[in-house]
Amino acid sequence: MTGSTAEASVTATDAALEAIALLGDEHGPLAFFQSGGCCDGSLPICMKDGELPPGPNDLLLGTVGGAPFYVDSEQYMRWGRPSFLLDVRPGAAEGFSLSLRDAHFVTRPAR
Amino acid sequence: MATTEQSTTFEAPGRPGSPVQVKERYENFIGGHWVAPVDGEYRENLTPATGQPICEVSHSGAQDIELALDAAHAAKDGWGETSTTERSRVLNAVADTIEENLEMLAVAESWENGKPVRETLAADIPLAADHFRYFADVIRGEEGRISEIDKDTVAYHFSEPLGVVGQIIPFNFPLLMAAWKIAPALAAGNCTVVKPASPTPWSILKLAELIEDVVPPGVLNIVNGPGAETGKALASNKRIAKIAFTGETVTGRLIMQYAAQNIIPSTTELGGKSPNIFFEDVMAADDEFLDKAVEGLVLYAFNKGEVCTCPSRALIQESIYDELMARCLDRIRAIKQGNPLDRTVQLGAQNSISQLEKIEGYVQIGREEGAELLIGGERNMLSGELAGGYYYEPTVFKGSNDMRIFQEEIFGPVLAVTTFKDEAEALRIANDTLYGLGAGVWSRDGSRAFRMGRGIKAGRVWTNCYHLYPAHAAFGGYKVSGVGRENHKMMLDHYSQTKCLLVSYDKNPMGFF
Repeated sequence: MTGSTAEASVTATDAALEAIALLGDEHGPLAFFQSGGCCDGSLPICMKDGELPPGPNDLLLGTVGGAPFYVDSEQYMRWGRPSFLLDVRPGAAEGFSLSLRDAHFVTRPAR
Repeated sequence: MATTEQSTTFEAPGRPGSPVQVKERYENFIGGHWVAPVDGEYRENLTPATGQPICEVSHSGAQDIELALDAAHAAKDGWGETSTTERSRVLNAVADTIEENLEMLAVAESWENGKPVRETLAADIPLAADHFRYFADVIRGEEGRISEIDKDTVAYHFSEPLGVVGQIIPFNFPLLMAAWKIAPALAAGNCTVVKPASPTPWSILKLAELIEDVVPPGVLNIVNGPGAETGKALASNKRIAKIAFTGETVTGRLIMQYAAQNIIPSTTELGGKSPNIFFEDVMAADDEFLDKAVEGLVLYAFNKGEVCTCPSRALIQESIYDELMARCLDRIRAIKQGNPLDRTVQLGAQNSISQLEKIEGYVQIGREEGAELLIGGERNMLSGELAGGYYYEPTVFKGSNDMRIFQEEIFGPVLAVTTFKDEAEALRIANDTLYGLGAGVWSRDGSRAFRMGRGIKAGRVWTNCYHLYPAHAAFGGYKVSGVGRENHKMMLDHYSQTKCLLVSYDKNPMGFF
């Protein structure tokens, strides 16, 4: 289901958009995948677009700063089909997520 | 500090009287030497207990991974041909060294991770030592198999090392998870390049200082740096024969994809949302077993909930819910939170500000989706130098399994509780999750416990116990909790190739040509 749906949505704060622009200058086009599980599992993982080709069960929720934002469709259903707000918080990223020197991406429920 | 506190609290690393010495900065451990990162970059390493720096640690990149792989490849033939007797001796020497430095390593681990020193003294560090000792023992009992194909034809099966492997360690048990990965790899004759978690790069370097003359140069190499650079450079490298990873699901997918691109095996452990199930017969008597079951529920707060197998969903039979929960809440109220280096403290600091904010976010989600907050629910602001630390109160929500706080791993001291009517409903709720790493079953009825244990889709079902991690018991996930196992001597197979020599002792030709 790699296509956006009407009810799905992801938005970004100005700080997140600025970080996407800065990282885009350094790495080229980006993509986000909402992670799950161990450690920093609730964080979105930012990577070069194409680094992880989306699979048939990845749902494209929308784009943020030009970058596609995917979530596993079953995880998305189990999380109650939330709308995500992409933001930036202090501290380095974990996992293999691209990040600025001392800031990393987070997602929060959009309100 | 009060007199009583002085007698139970270790001095922080680097301070006078502390069992842990701290250098200003730490380099990579490559080829038995301390090697500065090629780009000369370092990052400040904080303690979550106060939010203050401990030291600087190398911030490496792809070039440093190549140096470590050079060292590992230079060592691999020699180590792979080293007798199992000698490999066993080296692993036992590592175990001896860990045990001789138990207090120092426990204090370093607590200070860097935020976990209570009573846990590192009694669990993390002794278990790490035992892991090396276990694989030192079992490797000597290994033997190949001989298959008699017919009277003149024999298949000899040998286990051979893979060569050089890559291993990526999580931040929640920095030394124990490193031991889980390093011990079987080395026992099977491999050399390894280890990438510790970015928030906990240092305690393993304290171990490396101790064993730099114990393990032959190049057999164990440690490179610190960010996952997106250092971790990726290792996981996607053509010079590794296997990659092992513990962490979140999307990076797990990347790891498996890199492994597929290079056609090498991977093992991944990606977390869980483990159910802990309490049947009504638990309360059939007010005895030691009931006391054990209550502790079994409260173990969600072990290591501040930063455990892949955290029993973060409690399923309680509705007939005993009120009484059992009352006892558990009494036990939770009595949890002492504070300085991780205080031996009497049971709940320390979350590993990072990022983790703390994630917990705050999930507690907010829990409130908004209508879960009932039974206890906790706030950041715990401690005083003095601990005011800058990342402490969160032990928290319990009551709700239903379709809520997000029941479906996603929070990685904090946050328990989601619900009730069930009968065994069938308990099993349905237990399996209604993406994950399948751990589970707990509590019952005085052995038959029921057995049925449940076999019915739950998880790799480890603790039955009338929880959070035991003996080296001789397999550990790993079903479903999206990952692929592969850790612990147990079966790990030697995960770190070995099978060589089959198919030998004919018949002098006669086959007769085809």
